[in-house]
Amino acid sequence: MAVKSRIVKGFISLPYNWSMGPTTTRFYEEFKNKRIMGTRCEKCNRVLIPARSFCSGCFVETTNWVQVSDEGTIRTWVLINFSYEGQPMAPPYITGIIDLDGADVGLPHFVGGVELDDLETVAKKVRIGGRVKAVWKENREGHILDIDYFKPIN
Amino acid sequence: MTQRVAIVDFVQTKHGEALEENVRELTFGVVRKLLDRVDMDRSEIGTMISSSADYWQGTSCSNSYYYDAAGGNLKSGSKVTEDSVFALIYGMMRILSGHHRTALVVGVTKCSECPSENTLTNLAADPFFHRPVGLNTVVAEALQARMYLDQYGPSEEQIARVVVKNMSNAERNPYSHRGGKFSIGEILSSSMMAAPLRCMDVPSTSDGACALLLADEHTARQLTDKPVFIHGIGWSVDHTYIGDRDLLNGALPKAAEMAYSRAGVKNPSKEIDVVELSDVTSFHEIMWMEQLGLCDAGNGFRLVEQGVTALDGRLPVNPSGGLFGANPFVARGLIRVGEACLQLRGEAGDHQVPRVNKALAHSVHGLGGQSHSVVILGN
Repeated sequence: MAVKSRIVKGFISLPYNWSMGPTTTRFYEEFKNKRIMGTRCEKCNRVLIPARSFCSGCFVETTNWVQVSDEGTIRTWVLINFSYEGQPMAPPYITGIIDLDGADVGLPHFVGGVELDDLETVAKKVRIGGRVKAVWKENREGHILDIDYFKPIN
Repeated sequence: MTQRVAIVDFVQTKHGEALEENVRELTFGVVRKLLDRVDMDRSEIGTMISSSADYWQGTSCSNSYYYDAAGGNLKSGSKVTEDSVFALIYGMMRILSGHHRTALVVGVTKCSECPSENTLTNLAADPFFHRPVGLNTVVAEALQARMYLDQYGPSEEQIARVVVKNMSNAERNPYSHRGGKFSIGEILSSSMMAAPLRCMDVPSTSDGACALLLADEHTARQLTDKPVFIHGIGWSVDHTYIGDRDLLNGALPKAAEMAYSRAGVKNPSKEIDVVELSDVTSFHEIMWMEQLGLCDAGNGFRLVEQGVTALDGRLPVNPSGGLFGANPFVARGLIRVGEACLQLRGEAGDHQVPRVNKALAHSVHGLGGQSHSVVILGN
């Protein structure tokens, strides 16, 4: 007997409890005061953000905390116009990598505060090398999304 | 390498969308066919290594569901998740250990059964920094594509030619999921998904499985007249945090250098006859070609435009159609190796490239190419 394969639907939703570790916890505590902190590697002298407890290149611990600016330049960006389950917000929105002043590595985050109707208009405001500044949320809970987005300046 | 490891044979499914067979049946199907082709009994398999991913199967131990279906019943078996080429490398090492004469390597993914690549690869991002801002493979790939565009300035038409080529090649491949003749205009009229990437710049996912038999040289020559030898392997992994990486020059040049050095390849663009690489987007076929050292940085799209990478070009890239032809997420890397093998054996049929003595297969895994593996194969 020829039969068509039956589809069984399933849904998996499971709780986890991830420890951030003390360094990431402090990094986000500083967010409440609108401060972006990095750690400096004594060996390569780079300031690493988010602050971390070791430099994986030099493979040494990093304990020297330094504040970096909440302004920086756009290294690259993408205008998101597709949907998926678990997405941080409804499209369209812009995701970018921001090289903050005083840091030697980039931070992936949103670029916002611009009209998103049309790619050409967006590309006039948002460009590689363009300057941006963090727009902080009013209520900050110690989370990456305490920064609402980075807004183009100048 | 003192002892040589050979690929005895390779089998793949007709890849597709929502294949009716379950994962066990797909796996059994490719392994049974492989054993029949080499006239080998299951009892003669030395060891079995599979590659699949738990999140992509909805089973917290994806391998426990199909081990026996892959020929591993009461044998030594194990799984490598992430990249199926890692399973090939592992299988090769088991033979080089001297403990096994043959190793069966199997890859399987049914993307039609699981959440989308976008959702699952967002879960591949770390939960404190990357996941909440929505990073996943397509977002990371679009961030790289934007940098490439800004640095080298290819036109949209030049990039779209990759899709036109691969879909046309895929049409000639009887195992591909999709394929066809598309005009550049059709590619460019597909909607912007993650600008600069359009929907048609990104291959959608597939269902599929494959099996490949490895053996030491002596055993391989007993099992086949056409052994394909692994001349060199290389792999490399990049930093977890995407902001720490050089997104246009990461792990791939390291992986390639390792593979070339082991294979004694000095001038890859002259010595390699055919390339099967993981074209996760149209831009990435070009970027990976450049980072494999097959052409200068910023020159890849010109090669595509000149037809150099076409089926009848000087250096055909993805004659099978690549991931545009079929993209069963975990199995896709091993399929690249298998397709390179078919080319070397002269068994690729309508997508056969003439005069193949040395082939390169490439696989990638992780956001924005966090890890790459490169395999150099020859007769």
